[in-house]
Order: sequence, then structure tokens, then C-alpha cells
Amino acid sequence: MSEPILSLRGLHTDIAQYHILQGVDLEVPRGQVTMLLGRNGVGKTTTLKSIMGQWSAKSGQILYDGQDITRLPVSTRARAGIGFVPEDMGIFRDLTVEENMVLGCTTGPLDPARKDWLLSAFPALGTFWHSEAGNLSGGQKQMLSIARAMVEERKLYLIDEPTKGLAPAIVSTMAQALRELKAQGASILLVEQNFSVARALGDSAAVMDDGRVTWTGEMAELAANKDLQERLMGLSMETH
Amino acid sequence: MTLAPDHKPTFANLSLTDRLGKAMPVILVPILIVLGFVAIGAPSSWLTLTVSGLAMGMMIFIMASGLTLVFGLMDVINFGHGAFISVGAFVGVSVLIALGDWTGAASLLLNMAAILLAVVAAMAVTGALGWGFERVIVKPVYGAHLKQILVTVGGLIVIEQLIYVIWGPDEIFINRPEMLKGAVTFAGAAMEKYRLLAVGIGLVLFIAMRMVLRRTKIGLIVRAGVENGPMVEALGYRLRIVFVGVFIAGSALAGLGGVMWGLYQEVITAGMGEEMMVLVFIVVIIGGLGSVEGAFIGALLVGLLQNYIAFLEPKLALVSNIALMTAILMWRPQGMLPVVKAK
Repeated sequence: MSEPILSLRGLHTDIAQYHILQGVDLEVPRGQVTMLLGRNGVGKTTTLKSIMGQWSAKSGQILYDGQDITRLPVSTRARAGIGFVPEDMGIFRDLTVEENMVLGCTTGPLDPARKDWLLSAFPALGTFWHSEAGNLSGGQKQMLSIARAMVEERKLYLIDEPTKGLAPAIVSTMAQALRELKAQGASILLVEQNFSVARALGDSAAVMDDGRVTWTGEMAELAANKDLQERLMGLSMETH
Repeated sequence: MTLAPDHKPTFANLSLTDRLGKAMPVILVPILIVLGFVAIGAPSSWLTLTVSGLAMGMMIFIMASGLTLVFGLMDVINFGHGAFISVGAFVGVSVLIALGDWTGAASLLLNMAAILLAVVAAMAVTGALGWGFERVIVKPVYGAHLKQILVTVGGLIVIEQLIYVIWGPDEIFINRPEMLKGAVTFAGAAMEKYRLLAVGIGLVLFIAMRMVLRRTKIGLIVRAGVENGPMVEALGYRLRIVFVGVFIAGSALAGLGGVMWGLYQEVITAGMGEEMMVLVFIVVIIGGLGSVEGAFIGALLVGLLQNYIAFLEPKLALVSNIALMTAILMWRPQGMLPVVKAK
């Protein structure tokens, strides 16, 4: 089996006086969608932000593509091929949709073929191409956030709850876009509370509790085992 | 197969009130000019005062533009900005004095060449000073507003004292270059040549700055950084380098403003930058922190209002700018064109 694209080893992160991550161990295999699951407040978002460098890890190690990136600046991690879609979407409201997309291109101008592909996936972005992003609806902002991360090819995508609060039609759009991304060979670490999306997209899964990863395995195994779900997350996927 | 939900989004038509509300800050300047005309009555006096007010506004804008971007981009309150205004004025005036033959000649070309050299020298020195100031004084206090105020005020005092050491304690009176003395007459109104030049330089700078911010990638990064710095970094841009660049450019612009203000007043003092900071802060606050367009409109309002009121009711001129700031903050507490920061 090939070396994982991302490995976290004993990662500890504090936010102010709170000890949020308490020794996270996690591997994200190449070319797979890894679901990061768990109840609210167990450290999923902090894990993504620690990988991206927005929260500094107090101790432990982050290995990305064979390189230790634990102490690298955020921008260096991004340029190494990590795309990040934060929970709050990180849209620049005063910039147009086009300007948001152009900012996503760090290695050169916006590739027309890539742009066409993204606009076929998210036609609403084409409609509002020259409008300020602040005027978009919540679903359109989420599309823009994901499209901006996809505007250049990345090796690893960290995506935090992309379907949160979205209408079912838009959720299926998101899911299809992520499937296409995976088909292109990208690796994805996805935090998701929508279990039907998690079940449909995930190859592997990691469940967190109290700042640690308490279970890892195949997504299909977790989806099929109701007792395991209840033991790990305190509820069954069937209830979602 | 399309991945999109089957819906056709459309734009909602904004109501007249909404549209007017958005454009209102931009309309305020012509409204003030019209009100000035009505209140002053005499067209020639009104034209003279309007040109004077626009010139003053342009110079304040040049000094304020860097400060508002520095605050917007890195949340840094730099009370030391006034030091760059003073240093710029002293360096520029020193060059002009050294080029006395050029400034005294009745040749527009030589006069403008002298001013250009003075401006280049002032901007180079204040840009370099800004770079050092950021590294030594500002960098250690990122994220701590109280410390920023204390150390930047300290920096201002140190630089002012250094001006006394280098140039002496006396104010320096200067003559404008020969061809920029006097006024041109238009429709019975006398307009000082230098003020017309200041309006021209200010306009060119504003348009250039807007073009850079709107049409270039670096401008895009700066605008995005003002709104949500952490996300700009997560996209792969080193915001720290951008910030240092903006700080240097802002310091150099303050230096340019210092030279222009010195020539406008025809006297320079070590404390002139500190005195100007009151107006600069008013402009930055009423414009909306981080907004270059807001600072531009705010500066024009301050310049025009001060000139109109000084003519109509001189005693009120002392409080006109504070009254303007109070009125605008009561109307829009975040300033006229605030940048909406990401939470």
C-alpha cells in the first residue's frame, strides 16, 4: 500500500486555555475520501485548522506528502498543494465571484478549461460571475468556496462541513462535485455531519471524541454497524 | 450532466432607497459643493474656496491612504504615521533648497524637475524609514492595540526629536518654485497655481491607486487581505510580505503628502506631521477603516468643509471637522464605506 498523503502523529493543539486536540493520530490515504466524524465540539474543525496551520500545533507531527509541515507557515502549506474550504466558507464578500476565483489561482492565470468545467458543475457561479460574492445565497457561497479550492489542482483537500444548512438539491450538487474531484485523483479529508453524504462519499472514516481519534476503518464498515455508530458517536446514522 | 440544482437564479431589483443609500457617500461631495455655492453666493469666491478645499482634501488623502490600508490589512493602529509626514517634508524641502537655482529659475521645466527630485527623495527616505519602523516598532506588537498605540507614539516622538537633531529646532520657511507662485484667474476667481497642481497630483494618485487595487493581482490580494487575512494566507499568499509592502508604500505616500503640505503652507516644522494626524484620523474614521475610496471622499469633505466654513463663519472652522465626524458617525457608525471584516 502506498504511503498516505497525510499523517498526523500525536497532535496536540491548544486554543487559549483550552486543550482541544489531545494527541490526534490519523492517516489519510492517497486518492481516497476520508470522513472525519464525531459529535460537535470533539475537535474536527480544530484538526483541519491545525493541518492548515491556522492553529499552531503545540506538539506532535504533521507529515504531508512525506514532508514534515508541522512548523511551516499557512501559505507554504497551501502552496504545497493543500486546498482548504473552511466551515465559514472564507468568501471575500466585497470581491466579485470572478475575483474570488482568480485569487484561488496561485500558480498562474485562471485556466479556461478548468473554469468551464467548474461553471458546468456550478452554473450559478457563471450567472453571478461579475457580482459581489456577498450578494450570493448561502448555497451559492458554498459552491464558490469549493469551486475556488478546486480552481487549481491540489493533492489534498480539507473540507469542513460543505453541506451544512444547504437545501437537498444543492447538497447533491456538492456531493457530485466532490466525486468528480476524487475521480481526478485528489485526496480529500472531509468533515461532514450529513451521514447520507458521508456514507455515499467516504472510502474510509475516522471518528473523533474528546480531542482524539477513537476509531478508524472503512466507511462501509461503520455505515453497516449500528452498534458501532452508537458506541462511537452516541447515535445511529439511520437517525439522519 | 450538470451538477447544478435545477433553478435559475436572478438578481433582485434594489429599491431606490437602497440604491441611493449605497451611492450616498459618493454624492455627498457634489452636494457639499452645491451647498457651498448656495451659502457663499459669490461664484468667484466659491470657485476659489472649492479649488482650495479640493487641494487640501487631496493632500490629506495622500497622507491618509496608507494609514487606512495598514489598519485594514493588519489591524495595526500606527500613531507614528505623522513622523513620515514631517520627515518627508524636511527631506523634500532640503532637496528644494539645495536646488535653489532650479526653483528660482523662471522655467516650469526646471521647477517641476526640482519638485520631482524632492518628491522622489522624500518618498525614498520615508519608504525606507517605514520599512525600519515596521520591523523594529510595529512587528513586535501585532494584535495588541494598546501596545501599538504606546510604541508608535513613542516612535513618533523619537523621530520628531531626530528631526530637531538633524535640521535644528526652528521652523523653516520656504518659497515655492518660481512658476508655481501666484494664481491664475478664471471667471473672476483667483486660483493658486500650486493648489491646482495639488488637485491634479491627488487625482492622478487616487486613480492610480484605484487601478492597482481593482485591476492587479496584488491589489486583489490587498483588498481580500483587508477583509479576511487568514483566508488569503490559506490560499497560498504570504500576507506578511504584502503588509510590509503596503506599509512602505503608505509611509512613502505620507512623505509625499509632507512635501506637498509643506509647499502648501510654505513653512515646515518637526511637529507638522503630528498636527496633521488629527485630520488624517478623522478622514480614515469617517471613510471607513480600510477603505481607500472612503478615505478619498472623507478627505474631500474635510477639505471643502473647512474652507467653506472658514470663509462663512471663521470661529466655527475650529470645530467643523469634529462636527463632520460626529454627524457621519451618527449616520454610519462604521464610516461611509466600511470594509466588512470576516468574523
